[in-house]
Amino acid sequence: MAELTYRDAVIRGIAQEMERDPDVVFLGEDVAKAGGVFKATVGLYEQFGPLRVRDTPISEQAILGAAMGAAMTGLKPIAEIMFSDFFAVCFDYIANEFPKSRYMSNGQVKCPLVVRTGNGAGSRFGAQHSQSVENWCMMIPGLKVVAPSTPTDVIGLLAAAVRDPDPVIFCEHKSLYATKGEVPDGEIVDTLGTAKIVRPGKDATILALALMVPRALEAAERLKADHGIDAEVVDVRSLVPLDTQTILGSVARTHRLFTVEENPRLCGWGAEIVSIAADEVFYDLDGPPVRITTPHIPLPAADILEDIVLPTPDRIAETVRRSLGS
Amino acid sequence: MATIKDRAPTPAGSGLNDDIGEAKRREMYRTQVVIREAEQRAFDLFLQNLVKGTSHLSLGQEAVAAGFAGAMQKGDLSFCTYRGHAHTLARGVSVEKVLGELMQRDNGLMRGKGGSMHLTSVEHGVMGSYAIIGAHLPIACGAAWRAQYKGAKDVSVCFFGDGTTNIGAFHEALNFAAIWKLPVVFVCENNLYMEYTPIGEVTAVAHPAADRAASYGLERIVIDGNDADVVYRTAQAAFDKARAGKGPSLIECLTYRHSGHSRADPAKYRPEGELDRWKLRDPIKIYRERLLQFGVAENVIKSIDTEVRKIVDDATEACKVAPNPPAEIITKDVYADGGWAWRN
Repeated sequence: MAELTYRDAVIRGIAQEMERDPDVVFLGEDVAKAGGVFKATVGLYEQFGPLRVRDTPISEQAILGAAMGAAMTGLKPIAEIMFSDFFAVCFDYIANEFPKSRYMSNGQVKCPLVVRTGNGAGSRFGAQHSQSVENWCMMIPGLKVVAPSTPTDVIGLLAAAVRDPDPVIFCEHKSLYATKGEVPDGEIVDTLGTAKIVRPGKDATILALALMVPRALEAAERLKADHGIDAEVVDVRSLVPLDTQTILGSVARTHRLFTVEENPRLCGWGAEIVSIAADEVFYDLDGPPVRITTPHIPLPAADILEDIVLPTPDRIAETVRRSLGS
Repeated sequence: MATIKDRAPTPAGSGLNDDIGEAKRREMYRTQVVIREAEQRAFDLFLQNLVKGTSHLSLGQEAVAAGFAGAMQKGDLSFCTYRGHAHTLARGVSVEKVLGELMQRDNGLMRGKGGSMHLTSVEHGVMGSYAIIGAHLPIACGAAWRAQYKGAKDVSVCFFGDGTTNIGAFHEALNFAAIWKLPVVFVCENNLYMEYTPIGEVTAVAHPAADRAASYGLERIVIDGNDADVVYRTAQAAFDKARAGKGPSLIECLTYRHSGHSRADPAKYRPEGELDRWKLRDPIKIYRERLLQFGVAENVIKSIDTEVRKIVDDATEACKVAPNPPAEIITKDVYADGGWAWRN
């Protein structure tokens, strides 16, 4: 075991896969010689050389298109889109090309690639460098979508994504890069499509993703300490495939469902899960499912404003307490 | 009757030079006739409502497909637009598979799951037909990057229309291919119309592809796209350059589509007489005369025409009686496990 930052876990995860498989290549803006704008790829260029770790121009369509062409013909590319907000300028590949080529070609074309991206708020960057866009990707058939919350999960899920034969969108949370966690030694490989119960509890299920996981955990501790409410926190980790067994199993035990989403209100991933719960575990519920989200607004830049709109441990705890009538 | 030279003036050195040889010329003639007959048949089948959806024909543009495919080697990769029937046929995919896909039958190239705009046959090196303008230029770069990385000698060839030169992905891909010296050949089929609008009305330069080449450190190449010999020679030079590790090429082929942009377009926007003038430069007429000039007997040419017509007739009949695709394939091949499961 060693303590590692989320940022260094990204480096270790990429290095683990590049060491294992010479067909894994990595490209993006400022990722090679500069080590990435978030310093999450430092040392890879030196370790794997200029043929495998490549700086690109500011050409997001070229980055994703090239990754796809390489993937179709035998490589296993990892492409970085620096900020997930930039998906909007290369969304053709995410929405039309990666996920549809296999289907449209009746199974002839493969697209095994990973798009890593800096996702999420908390850096005071304003509305075009702070969004959580995992739900933009979740709605597209043919994609897989992952968002880890801990250093160990970064390595394990990144390895699973690289080894997966389908296109995977890998959302790294910018505000988690500096966080630390204990990480086992040796190779780490996790499984896509698996949620994780990160705090068992019996009174309510709180679903969270990425930065919202530590906040939900903090809220659960406060609920226990201040109100005697024992909340179960589930790290969803993978939106597609979605581990509905773990999620609905938890709801069936606790009888209450809360989602904590960084996305603006409309069409967040929690809405889909609440809809599934309404269909399938309605009679297990003792009260209405509750979504805790960012309001339906673009994100403001100022720290004091951004802090108001994102779900906080206080808001999560208070919402759960009120809903449970304690 | 005007001579070939009068009708289709060709760049210096490409006239009656017998560097190509009779076997290759017969192959390229046959390819053009296959495309002509299959595309004309597709048009006729629209009128009978047997081809569904949309369709973008390459009638009049056959020489580009035949010349490039003639110069390509096994293992070279084609990336096409929605106007991709010609390039798919030129790589040897059967007429029945193409017509079957247009008619949305179970014998189609993708069993009706892709349709006219997405013809793909990986075994023939046809890596897809892309219906979002510009998307496949970066994708072709990626395939070329793989060849470069693996030390393979295949070339990725990316075909697109004049309208593509005004979208961002075109410029991103050209720059990307140039800086990485990728073995990719970009082929602009300039048929003078982006869709309904003349390309000259919406482009800042006279030659929408070639006049942009200098921006990416590439040679300015404009050729007669209606003469398969010219296309073939240009393609060979570009492929040699790519295989030698000397980077990409951008080739603008001047050509003309005899039909509208798509099924829905009667092409009424064209000035009076323009189509007739271009029909004098019909690539198949030009090439038939070329074969005769090189001493290929008229009956040999006619036997190619007859053989191809029979193939297209037989394919048509096979498609008419082919079953519709079964509903069970709707949920197949969304993911690599063959299925569509997004949850457990």
